Amino acid sequence: METVTFQIWRGGPARRGGLAGGGKLVDYSIPVSEGMVVLDAVHKIQAEQANDLAVRWNCKAGKCGSCSAEINGIPRLMCMTRLKDLPLDKPVIIQPMKAFPLIRDLVTDVSWNFRVKKTIKPFRPRAADAADGTWRIAQSDIDRVQEFRKCIECFLCQDVCHVLREHHLQDEFAGPRLLVYTAALEMHPLDVEDRLQDLKRAQGIGLCNITKCCTTVCPEEIRITDNAIIPMKERVADRYYDPLKRLFRALRGRKKN
Amino acid sequence: MALYDVVDYDVLVIGAGGAGLRAAVEAAGAGVSVGLICKSLLGKAHTVMAEGGIAAALSNVDERDNWCVHFTDTMRGGQYLNNWRMAEIHAKEAPDRVKELEAWGALFDRTRDGRILQRNFGGHKYPRLAHVGDRTGLEMIRTLQDHAIHQKIGVHMEFTIIGLLKEGAAGGVGLSNDGGRVVGALGYEREKGRWFVFRAKAIVLATGGVGRAFKITSNSWEYTGDGQSLAYHAGADLMDMEFVQFHPTGMVWPPSVQGILVTEGVRGEGGILLNNDKRRFMFDDIPELYRNQTADNEEEGWKYTQGDREARRPPELLTRDHVARCIVREIKEGRGSPHKGVYLDISWIKDKIPHAADHIRKKLPSMYHQFMKLADIDITKEPMEVGPTTHYIMGGIRVDADSQMSTVPGLFAAGECAAGLHGANRLGGNSLSDLLVFGKRAGEYAGQWAREHGQGAIDDAVVDSMMRRALEPFERVQGENPYQVQYDLQEMMQDLVGIVRKEEELAEAVLQLEKLKERMGRVAVHGNREYNNGWHTALDLFNLLTVSEAIALSAIRRKESRGAHFREDFPNKDDKNGKYNLIVRKGADGQMQVVQQALAEMRPDLVKLIEEMK
Amino acid sequence: MNEVDLSGITRRFGRTARRDAWWVKPLIVFLCLSSFVIYVTWAAFQGKNYAYGPYLSPLYSPELFGDSPHRWLGPKPGGWPSFLPWSPALLILWAPGLFRLTCYYYRGAYYKAFLVSPAACSVSEGRRRYTGERAFPLVLQNVHRYLMYIALIFLVILAHDVWTAMWFTDTRTGSSSFGIGVGTMVLAANVVFLAGYTFGCHSLRHWVGGIKDRLSGSPVQRQIYRCAGCFNRRHMLWAWMSLFWVAFTDIYVRLCATGVWRDWRII
Repeated sequence: METVTFQIWRGGPARRGGLAGGGKLVDYSIPVSEGMVVLDAVHKIQAEQANDLAVRWNCKAGKCGSCSAEINGIPRLMCMTRLKDLPLDKPVIIQPMKAFPLIRDLVTDVSWNFRVKKTIKPFRPRAADAADGTWRIAQSDIDRVQEFRKCIECFLCQDVCHVLREHHLQDEFAGPRLLVYTAALEMHPLDVEDRLQDLKRAQGIGLCNITKCCTTVCPEEIRITDNAIIPMKERVADRYYDPLKRLFRALRGRKKN
Repeated sequence: MALYDVVDYDVLVIGAGGAGLRAAVEAAGAGVSVGLICKSLLGKAHTVMAEGGIAAALSNVDERDNWCVHFTDTMRGGQYLNNWRMAEIHAKEAPDRVKELEAWGALFDRTRDGRILQRNFGGHKYPRLAHVGDRTGLEMIRTLQDHAIHQKIGVHMEFTIIGLLKEGAAGGVGLSNDGGRVVGALGYEREKGRWFVFRAKAIVLATGGVGRAFKITSNSWEYTGDGQSLAYHAGADLMDMEFVQFHPTGMVWPPSVQGILVTEGVRGEGGILLNNDKRRFMFDDIPELYRNQTADNEEEGWKYTQGDREARRPPELLTRDHVARCIVREIKEGRGSPHKGVYLDISWIKDKIPHAADHIRKKLPSMYHQFMKLADIDITKEPMEVGPTTHYIMGGIRVDADSQMSTVPGLFAAGECAAGLHGANRLGGNSLSDLLVFGKRAGEYAGQWAREHGQGAIDDAVVDSMMRRALEPFERVQGENPYQVQYDLQEMMQDLVGIVRKEEELAEAVLQLEKLKERMGRVAVHGNREYNNGWHTALDLFNLLTVSEAIALSAIRRKESRGAHFREDFPNKDDKNGKYNLIVRKGADGQMQVVQQALAEMRPDLVKLIEEMK
Repeated sequence: MNEVDLSGITRRFGRTARRDAWWVKPLIVFLCLSSFVIYVTWAAFQGKNYAYGPYLSPLYSPELFGDSPHRWLGPKPGGWPSFLPWSPALLILWAPGLFRLTCYYYRGAYYKAFLVSPAACSVSEGRRRYTGERAFPLVLQNVHRYLMYIALIFLVILAHDVWTAMWFTDTRTGSSSFGIGVGTMVLAANVVFLAGYTFGCHSLRHWVGGIKDRLSGSPVQRQIYRCAGCFNRRHMLWAWMSLFWVAFTDIYVRLCATGVWRDWRII
């Protein structure tokens, strides 16, 4: 068995003013075997060398989206990153997600995502189609939305998005995950709610500059930028940036009245 | 004495998977204040792992289906040990619960005329499982989560409850049921390790299963039997703990992914099981109870999976207990695959339908990715290697069928941690509907209970002793490694209390459990209480050992083979003497007791239904 | 133990823990786009050698005013200010240029390669102020849909150019006859690539169906939307292929016109 070195971030958030805090990358070497993923290595290190190593994980099958971290600088799920796909001649660097406040070691405080989600207008269906309170929906009308509903909320897209990661515009921008969430609601064939104004203002969709990093890191391979964000940008453009459409709307609105 | 914060709720729901969320939504809808405890982050609970679908007799695909058929299927699958009233309620209410999800935004796959599509699954006579590809659980939990965040529910993420508090001095660990009601719970918050006491008029346990007591499991780390253990130590009865379901198809290679689930949907879509002679061994042994419903040739089985209503189901879609045992037999007798599994092949359907590869990728997208990413296997081209994996526990907290209240007043339970619906074996797809149907009921009745009762008094001494016990591992400088103790427990349970059981091994397991308990008493953890996984593992040991003991003791007691419980030394079903439930409760001396409880007599109309559909 | 202090996230440009050569892709994009812009600018200012026989360079089409037989309205307008350089391309090239400049794919690509915002994923960009496409000037990118309408017209014109490129005039008799030359094929391929690129435009996809939540009631529209989706999936590929080919088509016509290369008649 080959021995591989892992450099894992240990420690808490840095504290300002020269107070104690912060942390460092610590080296751990372990033998690795066939088929191992990064999370296996972290578990082995935790069980044998660092019992109190903080790591968040649940299913270890790529379905819950808990074990998000940055492996060699790239945001990924630890449970779905196989060691054989990494260069093992050099140490493997494992760091917590940078876009969120650090709690300890590899665990970050992602509660911001949950708070923002709560501010997005919930699903509001049209009146039922059938007497028994059900709807008739064509499969072809939900294919598009089902792609977005694959999201496992690992928040890797939020982590990699430079608007949040570099510019810390958490107060003005909802981030790719929540734009996908909004897109799923907006394109839902039953939904009648209008979220375009919120998309433009509260969720700050205009801050996205389509660098597509979110799409690159998505473990569910959702085409976040092309299929969710850009169509939402287009709908926002329809409402706010398209003078002809505004004119049509004004004319039609007058006719109705 | 350690400090703690106090939070008050009318109803406290412990566990935020399908059942917990549904209960919280229902209770909040009834106008009482609700707290929801998530062991992990919201929406990460084990429900996301469910793949196949939600069983509900919507009869969208086959109009012959109705609640009566669903009821009889569930009873037959459970070898008639089920709580018949629960099975009846479940079959009747499941369709409404599924439709309700749609009204909350869930998008199930559709039939041609735009209704909810249903698929075939093991043990279900007609196509019955509402699904979304192979990620139904994710759809369900996300729908519930996104609905719940807009209700008045106090969500506590990454909190763990370590003890239930009862009225008066009777609370706390080590006391049997004295009839006192539950009034609160003690827990810690993971981030900083701070203590919280939740005062509540009613508590709903929805903590899921016990899979982490076994080495090979499809369950996530949270599945440490918390609810069963909390209830047991609060004096509640557990029931049917010997029935642990081993899902027939988990991944076996590479070692690091061992146990990860391969959905039954693969077989539902036409996947076949082969041994190393390329033989479909499932045709070799078809149990009497299912002979009339099972295809006797490959062609008929294939037609069934393609929706031919006249065809009977292929033997791969027999109940999970049976399929798992057949796989174990093939492996034991040397006909297994190189990595101690058997082959599950879906790629063969390319001989039957055009564009088979696309079809597989569309119908089983996460299976395709799972094998591609983790095992370098393209399931549209090659067979998978699979073997049984610990998946579910049919047993759990004994509850009243209608209200879901346990034998402790004010303490409710729903979902996997409750017992009764599934009897000796659960049908695939019945768990998601279980969560919804009984989650709702638990929430409803807990809300009602909370309105009828006041807030109880918390005994500080009990809280203090619980906290002290939990903090003991920090005081030991040298001691057992909690991960090592957990690992040894899992190894032992896998070997001695696994799919095939026998008296000596079970007795050995009980001895081993005593030793492990001693070792638990010597566990040491380092560092502080802030997000310390080592400490969490040490605390989980207590629950794991409690449920493991309940499983082992019950398994010794049931001297027959029935459903998921298979005894090598008693390989046959004992229909004369076998029809009882085993109840596990804490005796006055603090020792675990197992008592036999005769089945409640079934209502005549239901007896008639079962007779008619035999 | 290897101790590296990463406690404070510095915003220095290029800071990353990435181990791969993250700078390669933006560098390639930078070089390719720069070369294209330089070449097209040079070619557009030439004002000659843009037509050869029935072929017209796509950089010059439609030739509203000019000296070649392809011109629509007449020679260089008399009122053209003498201090301004003149070329038929200058009148029209803004449209396809802006179409690409505001294209969702190119935006993402040049924000990385030219504006370093960021240069690559999870690499620090060292910029303090960021307003994205929400404020001036980038908010103007929303004009993309109008340029898409124009691009569709251009597509028709360029297709017509291919048609024209199938009729060769005999210099002696003055009669024209059907034929296909290598140049015809080059022009045709250009239209194919441009169509692939334009039909995959995000704004077009939105226009033909994306705007609606339900298309099951209108099968034709659904099919069109699906087609747009298909092209859109490979939008980047189409974008680059069409970019290269436009330049190549111009080069081809230019080489023929200057006599460096001899066009070969297939039929």
